[in-house]
Order: sequence, then structure tokens, then C-alpha cells
Amino acid sequence: MLEEFIKTLLTGNGFWNPLVWILGFIVIFLVVYILRGYGNASYKKGTSQTQSFLSGNPEYEKQFMHIKASNLYWGWTNAMKWIIDILKKMHTGNVSDYVLWFVIVLGVLFIFVGLM
Amino acid sequence: MSIMDFLLLQSPALIIAIPLLGAFLTPVIGRISDKGRNIFVILILAFTAFLVFILAMHVFETGPMTYVFGSTKNLVSNQTVIRILFEVDALSAFMAIIGIIIAFAAAIYSWSFMKEETGLDKYYTLMLLMVVGMLGMVMTGDLFNFFVFLEITSIASCALIAFRTNKGNAVAAGFKYIVISTIGALFVLMAIAILYGQYDALNIAKLAQSITFSFADKIALVLLVVALAMKGGIVPMHMWVADAYGRAPASISLILIAATQASLYGVFRVLFTLYGDVITLPSISLGWVMVILGLLTMLIGVIMALIQTDLKRLIAYGAVAELGYIFLAVGTGLTVLTTPENAANIAGYGFEAMKGGIFHIFNDILDIGLLFMVAGALYFATKESSLNKLGGLARNMKYTTVFFVIGLLAVSGIPPLNGFSSKLLIYESIFQLNPILSIIAILASIMLLAIFVKVFQSAFLGPALPQFSHVREVPKSMLIAMGIIAALIVFIGLFPDIFVTNVVEPAANALINNKEYVQWLTGGI
Repeated sequence: MLEEFIKTLLTGNGFWNPLVWILGFIVIFLVVYILRGYGNASYKKGTSQTQSFLSGNPEYEKQFMHIKASNLYWGWTNAMKWIIDILKKMHTGNVSDYVLWFVIVLGVLFIFVGLM
Repeated sequence: MSIMDFLLLQSPALIIAIPLLGAFLTPVIGRISDKGRNIFVILILAFTAFLVFILAMHVFETGPMTYVFGSTKNLVSNQTVIRILFEVDALSAFMAIIGIIIAFAAAIYSWSFMKEETGLDKYYTLMLLMVVGMLGMVMTGDLFNFFVFLEITSIASCALIAFRTNKGNAVAAGFKYIVISTIGALFVLMAIAILYGQYDALNIAKLAQSITFSFADKIALVLLVVALAMKGGIVPMHMWVADAYGRAPASISLILIAATQASLYGVFRVLFTLYGDVITLPSISLGWVMVILGLLTMLIGVIMALIQTDLKRLIAYGAVAELGYIFLAVGTGLTVLTTPENAANIAGYGFEAMKGGIFHIFNDILDIGLLFMVAGALYFATKESSLNKLGGLARNMKYTTVFFVIGLLAVSGIPPLNGFSSKLLIYESIFQLNPILSIIAILASIMLLAIFVKVFQSAFLGPALPQFSHVREVPKSMLIAMGIIAALIVFIGLFPDIFVTNVVEPAANALINNKEYVQWLTGGI
């Protein structure tokens, strides 16, 4: 029964055994943890070391410091603006357009299958 | 005959009859006690789950099981018999297992999640009807019957999407869903009429034996595949998904995922079983069409998800992207099947791709389902679903945070969770069809990770926000439901082989070899 559980998944060209992966993960974690122990413990709680440096600007109250979802990945969304704009145009929220896309796919496949 | 033998013998009918009876008894019990009604629904689903499991075990061991409603005589001449067949093969059993697990979890989740709503008798009745429709779709061996169950699922789903009638958006989403469903179902019905007109049969196996791929057959094929693909949320017909999943109560979004997959099951059943004998002709390259649609579904799904700020809409687009993997993998299998020079590969990477795709159906429902439950939990606790307004909730909702992290890692295909196992099978197999496919699939997975890291950062991390200082962890029933799904994700992730060998492989075999499905048959309408 136990053998059944720990059997390796063969993927055709490779294999995957999560238990071996976890074992490897634990070993790597232990090595990193030991290396961490050799670090310099110079961190002092409650000193200016713990304050964030905002180019000399005053620090806001904590609740105003949370980065909102819209601000995340700004660079990526800006770089991909051209395709995002096309996709936004496509997603009108209008059910007539949803049906139009259905008709388009139907038409394309009719031609494709008709030619076969 | 022992009671177990009786239950097994009658299980295909009971799996439909018990939740159907339960659906109509629910309002009666609701009149007596709300708590009693909730317990009753959970018990009904638990008993149905028990029946699904014994039926599935039997099918996985001995092959397809046929259940006849009506005349049981075999056809020796061209006489007409009146009957409906339920034909449960390994793929049907596989889909039924997913559907019932998710419905069971949704019922437990609903106990607390819906307690502040009114009209819960109707809610539970519709929920059970939705389960009936979904299970019927995957178990029936009759095309018209499939249409009937498709309609039952659609009507119940529509009412449940629009359940919060005090919210305009929910009603609008319900309206959009019923328009899409009705049009889809109408085209399915038209295709069935074309096939019935030609072959005087509605039975899938009988039709599979008769289909010659005539011009009318081609029309029916396109109508069936496109209509069901639309109901399955394949790009560019996916737009209803974000509206429906996003506006339905989270417990219903959960079952909607399984119902959507039942439509995809319909696509696969049509392609591999109904048209199984002709679709493998080398001149027909529908596999590549599926691959391209799968790629588009993945890419458009992830890009749209990344720019969303409403949590449930974001997850809905994530769900669309996940559907792309399934279509891509099964399309790869079909491409290999239809290419003569690749004939030897069907036992190799073609089959691995099919296994990966089918395995991913299960994983997708669990992973996205868990994320929807977390989204529901956040809404329940904060009455807010905008990611721009949420923040710092990991402090108040520790268990929900853990469940979210499990869902996040699983859906992004991070080892050692279940999403990785199925995606690994998909990546490796599609790589052999074309390496670019694999690269795009991995890229989409990385983007899924980025998307859900964004959710984690904006909803759970960050400083404690004063407006959420009152927020507490969600009630136990919701935690238990999330716990069941999370435990399944971890279990399948840690022991993928046991699941792949015993459940996924038979289902993939059933899809590729339609002979077993067809062999019992002797006809009938």
C-alpha cells in the first residue's frame, strides 16, 4: 500500500516525485539556515535602522503606505498597453458582442471543416 | 442481492434521482427548519457522492456501465425501441467525481456563507438542480438527454448567478448567461436534429457507429463543438465567464466551474466518441484548431486577469486561462491521433498530453474553486471585493490566508502541489508537438503566479487598515469547506501517481478508445 503512495509519476520523458522534491527542499533549507547562522547580527530593533528611507521625505502613516492592486506591475501593463487596449475594446460587456464572437467562430469553423 | 449490489446496479439512476428528489423536498423541509434543510442538502449530496464513488470504482475496474430507462431488448432488426441509455465510462465517472466533490464542498460552504441571505429554500433547490444537470450531462449516453440536462444546468445556474437580485450587476450577469446558454443550447439542439434526421437515432454510441462525415455531419460537428466550447468558456467566446463567475455567490461560482467543465466534457465526447471513428482521418486537423484556441484562451485569460482589480473577476479570468491548458493538451492528443506519421506517438506523448489535459480538469476545478472560496471568505468578512480597497487581512484571517497561499501555489503550477503534476505532463508532451507551445504555456503559468501574487500582496499583506480592524476569521463551515478542497490539493500534489494511474489513465483511455463505449450498443432512440 505504501509503495503505491510513494510511486513516482512517469511523464513519458521524465519523472516527478514530490516526496523526493520535498526531501531536497528540506536539505537546501537546512544548508541555507546554517549559512545564515554565520551572518553578522548587527540588526538593532527600535533604532533608525528599522525606518524606511524615502529619499528624505517624511514617512506616511502605515495605512497610507499600502501599495494598491492598480499600482502593481505598472511597468508591465504600460509596456503591453497596445494589446491590453485591444483586449479591453474586445471585452465590451455587451451580450450582443458575446454572441457576435460566437457567430464569428462558428463561421470560421464552418469554412475550415467545410474545406476538409 | 446485497444492498450494496443493488445500490451499484441502480446507481446511474439514483445519482440523478436522489438530488432531484432532494431538490423538491428542500423547500418543504425549509418550512420546518433552516438548519434541518441545510443538513438535509449536505446529506443528499453526501449520499450522492457515495453512489458516485461506488459507481466510479466499478467502472474503473470493469469498464463502462450501461443503464437502460425503457426497453431493454437488444435490436436485431431495424425495429424502434423507446428508451434512454445512461452510459458511464471512466471519463464520465471521472467528471462525476469532480462534480460531486465540488458540490458537496459548496453546500458546506454555503451554510455560513449564505446565512444572511433570504430565499435560501430556492437557493438550495436550484443548487441541487444544478448538480442534477451537471451529473446528467456527464452520465447520459443519449444526445437529446444531454441537451435536456444542459438546459437544466443552464436554467438553475442563471437563477443562481442572479440570486442577489438586490444587486443590478448580478441580474445583468444572469441575463447575459441565459442569453449565451439559450443560444448555445439552441445550436446544440439544431445539431441533434440534423443527426436524428439522418440516422434516426439519438444514442451517442449508435450515432458513432453510423456517422459517415457527410456534409450534414460536418455542420452538426461544428454546431456542437462551437456551442459547447462557448458554454465551456473558450476564447473568444469566454466573456460571459467573468460576468457569471464574478457576480454569482462564491459557493455558486464553485459549482459553475464544474458545470463549465461538463460542457468541455461535451466537446471531448463529441470529438472523440461521437465522431471518434471519422475524426482520426488524416485530412481532418481539428486538433490544431483546438491547440490554437487553447493558446489564445491561456494568453487572453492571463492578460485580462492581470489588469483586473475586482477579485472575483480576476479569478474568473484565471479560470479561463486554466481552461486553455486543458484545450491545448487535449488538442495535442487529437493532433497526434490524426497525423499518420505520428501514429506511433499516440501511445507516447499524445497519450501523455491527454492524461495531462484530463488531470488538469480535476486540478483546475480544485485550485480555482479554492480561490473562489477564499474570495467569498474575504467578501463575507469585509463586504469588499475590490483589490484596491483590501489590505492587511493576513493579520485577521490566518486560516483563509493559508488556504489562499495553497490555491495560489497550486494554480500557478508550483511544486509540490497538484497543478504542477498536471502541468508537467502538459509541458513535456506539447513540447514534442512544438516547443513553442510549451514555452507559451510556461509563460502563462508564470503570469498566473504574478497575478495571484498581486492578489496576495494587495489583499493579505501590507499594514493593518483601520477600516478592517473589526474583521475576524470566517465561520467554521466555510473553513471546513476550504479545508476539504485544500487537503485534496495537497494530497493529489504529494501522491500524483496514485491518482493518475487509477483515475486519470482510465479516463484518458476511455476518450481515445471509443470502441468500449460503442460496443454494448444495439440501437434505440
